[in-house]
Amino acid sequence: MSLVDIRDLTVTYDARRAAVPAVRGVTLSVQAGASLGIAGESGCGKSSVALAMLRLLPATAAVGGHILLDGDDIATMSFGKLRAVRWSRASIVFQGAMHALNPVRAIGGQIAEPIRVHDPATTRADALTRARELLRQVGLPAWRADSYPHELSGGQRQRVMVAMALACRPRLIIADEATTALDVMIQAQVLDLVSDVIARQGIALIMISHDLSILASTCDELAVMYAGRVVEHGPTAKVVAHGAHPYTRGLARAFPTVGDPASRGRPRGVPGDAPSPLRLPDGCAFRPRCPIAIDDCAHGDIPLQAVAEGRRAACLRAGEETP
Amino acid sequence: MTPILDARDIRVSYASRGRGRAVAVDGVNLSLDEGEILALAGESGCGKTTLAKALLGLVVPDSGRVTYAGAPVTYRARDLRRLRRGVQLVMQDPTGALNPRHTVFDAVAEGPRIHRLGGDETERVTQALSHAGLRPPADFLARYPHELSGGQRQRVVIAGALALRPRVIVADEPVASLDASVRGEILALLLRLRDELGLSAVIVTHDLGVAWNIADRLAVMYAGRIVEHGPAADILTQPRHPYTRALVSVLPDSPVGAPIVLSGETPDATDIPAGCRFHPRCPALADGTARQSHVDGDCRARDLPIMDARSPGAACHLVAPPALGWPA
Repeated sequence: MSLVDIRDLTVTYDARRAAVPAVRGVTLSVQAGASLGIAGESGCGKSSVALAMLRLLPATAAVGGHILLDGDDIATMSFGKLRAVRWSRASIVFQGAMHALNPVRAIGGQIAEPIRVHDPATTRADALTRARELLRQVGLPAWRADSYPHELSGGQRQRVMVAMALACRPRLIIADEATTALDVMIQAQVLDLVSDVIARQGIALIMISHDLSILASTCDELAVMYAGRVVEHGPTAKVVAHGAHPYTRGLARAFPTVGDPASRGRPRGVPGDAPSPLRLPDGCAFRPRCPIAIDDCAHGDIPLQAVAEGRRAACLRAGEETP
Repeated sequence: MTPILDARDIRVSYASRGRGRAVAVDGVNLSLDEGEILALAGESGCGKTTLAKALLGLVVPDSGRVTYAGAPVTYRARDLRRLRRGVQLVMQDPTGALNPRHTVFDAVAEGPRIHRLGGDETERVTQALSHAGLRPPADFLARYPHELSGGQRQRVVIAGALALRPRVIVADEPVASLDASVRGEILALLLRLRDELGLSAVIVTHDLGVAWNIADRLAVMYAGRIVEHGPAADILTQPRHPYTRALVSVLPDSPVGAPIVLSGETPDATDIPAGCRFHPRCPALADGTARQSHVDGDCRARDLPIMDARSPGAACHLVAPPALGWPA
């Protein structure tokens, strides 16, 4: 059984006058100890998937389909059970560490809080000892437990968020743009730390990012989302180097490889813009921007289908030799 | 050839409450030729944005001098107007840079109105929009920012800069807030403006991929100084300064081999280390390379000279003095 099993997930936001389909049928799974990257650009629905996994979406969002965590359906879980699942089975690291931490409490107490909530038998002193231990695991000195968030740099705060995510020994960490606001070198430090921690403790990772290069260096598998759907899924290295979907190829080219003469002096992107979820084109949602679209792309639903061993793509021309 | 924009010995500091002065730019020489694209790269707090502001006349340096089109900037109103018309800023976040209640026409016409440029305003605006790739311009004139995509908004911001027919654009992280698939299009636009209008550009960026994509020349800043500069392709494939090497090494499929993840963080601008400002984090000092070359004492105690604006090189005790002269 998979640790996480997402089946035909839909998320629809209720905006003032319209229903906004943010996620339109996503099916993904993650085995214990494995890592999955979800790549995509603003508005593609990747963060809605992350939030739905821990039932953190606002009340205006209607969720369909199933999310099974260790076989338990998140959607039908009692709130008490859900509280136990958050932190202890799956925890989430967000982008803005400054806003996620309480500015008027020392960080040791903040890390200790979920520990005591989940195991009320833990004494305050024991929880603080564990908090100091966690800080050491993420490369911060134990005395930092007495510091306040404003006394830490952005990278240190993000380390604190990782420590909190580890506090209740989860089996899954969801990282939603966890390193996006950080400088390259600090980002490399935090990614090294996350990779090291999950490998040592056998934790599964779902990493969500707009940055393909970050996912390429961290995740075994990669799912690429566009307009609320997974358009390609497979082993990360293969998907990044030889995308089967034209959007994947366009996205990969948009991240130049420094030193590669092909991208020197030739910035490349994908012409046009992603469609508004309120005005999705018929057929393939990528068709208006697609360089290889054919007439058939304008009709019906383009399903995600196997294109090679362990690889799926939602493109009618995925099997052909196309630029 | 006279550079279009030139900075000599620029030093900018800010008062920092209770901690003395924060030296954001600590002596920088920089020059930009006509039709040249220069990338100014570095991590947050390295001084790249402050240096860009000094080039735009938005901060008055404590010392040093900015020269635009051969004439030194004196910070008198008339001089500044000339500088600000000729050197235009493009900001990072197009959504924040545009007034949500102004149409595209008003946004682009604002600069020419402030500078009281006569002539046909509509023609000036449509021409700028067209240069910025918003075609046909008439379709965009009456639109509001919320009706545009992120990439289109950034094009409007660029059109606003172009409406003054500047000779230099200073773009502060022009693509950092854009989606990857749109980023390439905006960078291609900057290249095209250089080719078609002969514009020069300073691109402030933390992303070395941007420098690889479009920059002729690259200057890497660390803690208020330029630590390496030269032709972008040379620096990015054969970085010489250990800091640049580390930055390049953590890129995906890096041309310099195994990633060197530096420990620690960039120093605080109120407390810049003595000697080489990079020495507390320098891998070449830590692994004994500096010692073998008998420069470890210098690394810890002797500050490096400020780099010349014209000669490529690296401000590092381990690297031989930069070659004299800039290849024509």
